[in-house]
Amino acid sequence: MTDRVRLPASGTPFGASPSFVDLLRADHPEAVPNVPEGAALAHATTVLGLRYADGVVMAGDRRATAGNLIADAKMRKVFPADDYSAIGIAGAAGQAVELVKLFQLELEHYEKITGDRLSLEGKANRLAQMIRSNFPMAMQGLVVVPLFGGFDQRQGRGRIYYYDATGGRWEERDYQTTGSGGLPAKNSLKKRWREGLTREEAVRVAVEALLDAAEDDAATGGPDVLRHNYPIVMTVTTDGADDVDEADVRAAVDALAAERGA
Amino acid sequence: MSFMPYVAPEQLMKDRSDYAHKGIARGRSVIGLEYADGLLFIAENPSATLHKISEIYDRIAFAGVGKYSEFEELRIAGIRLADMRGYSYGREDVKARDLANAYSQALSTIFTQQMKPYEVEILVGEVDGEQDGTSLYHVLFDGSVSDEHGCVAVGGHADELTDSMRQRYADSWDLATAVRTSVEVLGSPESRTVDPATVEAGVLDRARDARRKFRRLSPDEVSGLLA
Repeated sequence: MTDRVRLPASGTPFGASPSFVDLLRADHPEAVPNVPEGAALAHATTVLGLRYADGVVMAGDRRATAGNLIADAKMRKVFPADDYSAIGIAGAAGQAVELVKLFQLELEHYEKITGDRLSLEGKANRLAQMIRSNFPMAMQGLVVVPLFGGFDQRQGRGRIYYYDATGGRWEERDYQTTGSGGLPAKNSLKKRWREGLTREEAVRVAVEALLDAAEDDAATGGPDVLRHNYPIVMTVTTDGADDVDEADVRAAVDALAAERGA
Repeated sequence: MSFMPYVAPEQLMKDRSDYAHKGIARGRSVIGLEYADGLLFIAENPSATLHKISEIYDRIAFAGVGKYSEFEELRIAGIRLADMRGYSYGREDVKARDLANAYSQALSTIFTQQMKPYEVEILVGEVDGEQDGTSLYHVLFDGSVSDEHGCVAVGGHADELTDSMRQRYADSWDLATAVRTSVEVLGSPESRTVDPATVEAGVLDRARDARRKFRRLSPDEVSGLLA
């Protein structure tokens, strides 16, 4: 186990490892997720995160693609990681969902074993290590690229972390996107984001960026009014990580439609 | 060649049992009881960070008395077992009964095969659905396990505490009554009042609107309930 230290004299492990991933790797290596080579994969597409007055907003479209087919029109790509953070995923869909499940458990396991929450920095670091070690295929193009956002209780502000497929991690000050529609979404955020957005404004900016991504990227699904299929939007604040009600997302979509004269 | 004197198995087990009993009797006690909304574990614990009571899984909690290092080891093993099982199967497949059995097996093996038995007693509690889904298991240092109903005390003055709890106990207590009565009972063997600041308490609250039903009561909340 990686983070148990051995005392030189006795050779017995010193301290209990609070990591579930280490435990899984030691006891059930077959259950550790990784990607078999050459498998046909569904891809999850655009997710984004942005900072606003009370914390961060994380949002994702609902489409997963496999080649030129839509594999899933109502996929969820943004999940609560624990009470004060959320994770958004783009890339190989099956693996990404598995990574999220493992990451959620990793945080919960740590919290129960140590009786204390990891710092936001600690969570972000742990995620980078998990990507590096669990997904060697990431280097070959089968990538799981998450976006991680949370509320830093010690600093009293929202923070966003961005990853690349090598497990590299850096903190974004204001906003970031990932996935196939990431570029148009980021351009949209660049125009619309400003310091101190309110919750309502932040939701609207996020929805607008996803709409712009859907217009330019075939793999990103736009809001579908006919089927009541709207983006998933989450807020993470000092009160916790919560889904924004579908009615609020819908209001933002309607306001945009009115503004653009649709 | 070393020479081992013959010791009758009865004597061997009795010595170990006495040793464990003495160790446990030195420590403070934990009371576990059912109240209207779930299960309450409550103890007197001068340390605010070295807990006796802890969350194991969504609807399962743990309490240990005796030697801290030993029940802490059992607590961590329990969390590992539960998380691993929940990950491999499903979250609702993790049951307190399985956990109690695992503790019982482990403690029984340690009691018979190791130099020194563990000086611990533990409680494993679970809430599930309505009131009849509540279970409370009591595991002793030798691995014997019993299924408790209503209320039970483990640790230093276990028998006395259990008796005085049972005399007063009613299963529909609200949380405030449960906490207040338990704190009075905890101080009763030595006829003293327990300082509210040293009360450690955690509940499995089935009314809690979250996947994880365990909640630790903060010192302020305990003082509020005692006021």
